[in-house]
Amino acid sequence: MAELCGVIGIGQTQYAAKRQELSMPGLLREAAERALEDADCTWADIDAVVIGKAPDMFEGVMMPELFLNDAIGGAYKPMLRVHTAGSVGGSTAIVAASLVQSGIHDRVLTVAYEKQSESNATWALTISMPFSVATVAGAGGYFAPLVRGYIRRSGAPEDTGIRVAVKDRQNALKNPLAHLQLEDISFDMVADSPMLWDPIRYLETCPSSDGACAMVMAKESIATDSTRPAAWIHATEMRSEPTMFSGRDQVMPRATLDNAASLYKKAGIQNPRSEIDCAEIYVPFSWFEPMWMEGMLFAPINEGWKMTYEGSTALDGDLPVNMSGGVLSSNPIGASGMIRFAEAALQVRGMAGEHQIDGARKALGHAYGGGSQYFSTWIVDNRKP
Amino acid sequence: MSEEANEPIEVLRLPVELEYQYTAGESASRFLRAIKRGKLLGQRCPVDGRVYFPTRGCCPQHGVPMADDGSVELPDVGTLVTYSIVRIPSENIPLDLPYVTIQVLLDGADTVMMHVLGECALEDVHMGMRLKAKWKPEEEWESSVGNILYFVPQDEPDAPYDSYKEHI
Repeated sequence: MAELCGVIGIGQTQYAAKRQELSMPGLLREAAERALEDADCTWADIDAVVIGKAPDMFEGVMMPELFLNDAIGGAYKPMLRVHTAGSVGGSTAIVAASLVQSGIHDRVLTVAYEKQSESNATWALTISMPFSVATVAGAGGYFAPLVRGYIRRSGAPEDTGIRVAVKDRQNALKNPLAHLQLEDISFDMVADSPMLWDPIRYLETCPSSDGACAMVMAKESIATDSTRPAAWIHATEMRSEPTMFSGRDQVMPRATLDNAASLYKKAGIQNPRSEIDCAEIYVPFSWFEPMWMEGMLFAPINEGWKMTYEGSTALDGDLPVNMSGGVLSSNPIGASGMIRFAEAALQVRGMAGEHQIDGARKALGHAYGGGSQYFSTWIVDNRKP
Repeated sequence: MSEEANEPIEVLRLPVELEYQYTAGESASRFLRAIKRGKLLGQRCPVDGRVYFPTRGCCPQHGVPMADDGSVELPDVGTLVTYSIVRIPSENIPLDLPYVTIQVLLDGADTVMMHVLGECALEDVHMGMRLKAKWKPEEEWESSVGNILYFVPQDEPDAPYDSYKEHI
């Protein structure tokens, strides 16, 4: 790495089911301008733009980055587009960081988004090919059999997922940008909600949101002198594996375990559970909290549910997870990974508002996507590496 | 003018259609021709000998072409590895709700296929059930896995968990 890189600006839109008052570029612009304002700079200071979103088939606009870069303010600047399904927000942030870390650019703006009100993600994810029968209704239909596999092998109590769903929606009440604001959220409310993809209930599922998230990243000399504190990037990691191969562990893919081990090694972390202060983890269906507690090596295999059950992942637990309300409370798919990365950075900058964890210095941002096959993560810290 | 006519139009639904001409390639064509005759053809990986079904001609784990002589005919019976009961509609799935989406491990195969379960009460669905394919009438067969309408439970003991757990 030629350069240290710090996050000096973060901008998020209001997340909502329909942001119909905004065009697609307007949505990105709302996030990008807030990030520039936070970084105390303007488009003139930005050297390059990195854009991410989930598959183009969602909105049916092919290669939208080609017009979006010009439309949001990045005209004539170098631009890259990143594609890694649901994990794309995380991978996009990592690509942007690499442009600074490699010494190619001084300041990079990255933005990721989804405008689900103009798309039909369930339709786009239900593909019919002659080799296969279309039976998987959206992402929930794909992941529900894996959740069942996790419950079978771990012996987790069946209400673990309900507890995650309640916790994340309670956290969202402290985040004014979160899409779902369920004042009366309760265990019974989640338990009584309809079973959509057995064993996944309606309220154990993420919403469909419009939204964008942006960050400004800068090299060491700029980030050191930035107006507001920087979140220093200590390590980034990406791993992937094929969707299907014989003997693939679909519940706990090798790619997540390898990703976690490599990330912590790069960041000099020996004991992630005690050294990391809080984490924003990609949990689109509630059961993925316990699953990724194991997948990120916070808990032994088959014991991640105990962290949820014992309250370790609550705001006042020893490893708070999804302080912002998480993907379960706001899900603009392509942005959802970047929101995790940005919320981790907000925590170590001390700028997370009402959902701030006191004294958070080291945080994990995490995203996964595809058929549990793409993983991107980073560790940010308020101290330089 | 009706009141509705004065409402501002905020969203227009403008469906677009793209029709693809799909060339399956040598290996997948062999698979699709076989299924048109009611035969289930898997392929063996030359590196570890595992049988892929359905197969696309190469091994995703080892990055090598499947063996030329590696075609393996599989029976239309297998084990229910995992499942979900789906109660949410999708425009492009022509099934009545609720339906049971399943991952089936055919006997002799080392990969699962996704399909649906039929002729089974929802409360009776469970992992490890033994299943057999229910085919469309022969005169309707085409080059598609859709020739199998669904899988139906067999009257035999469940497969032990250890025999299929590595496929979840």
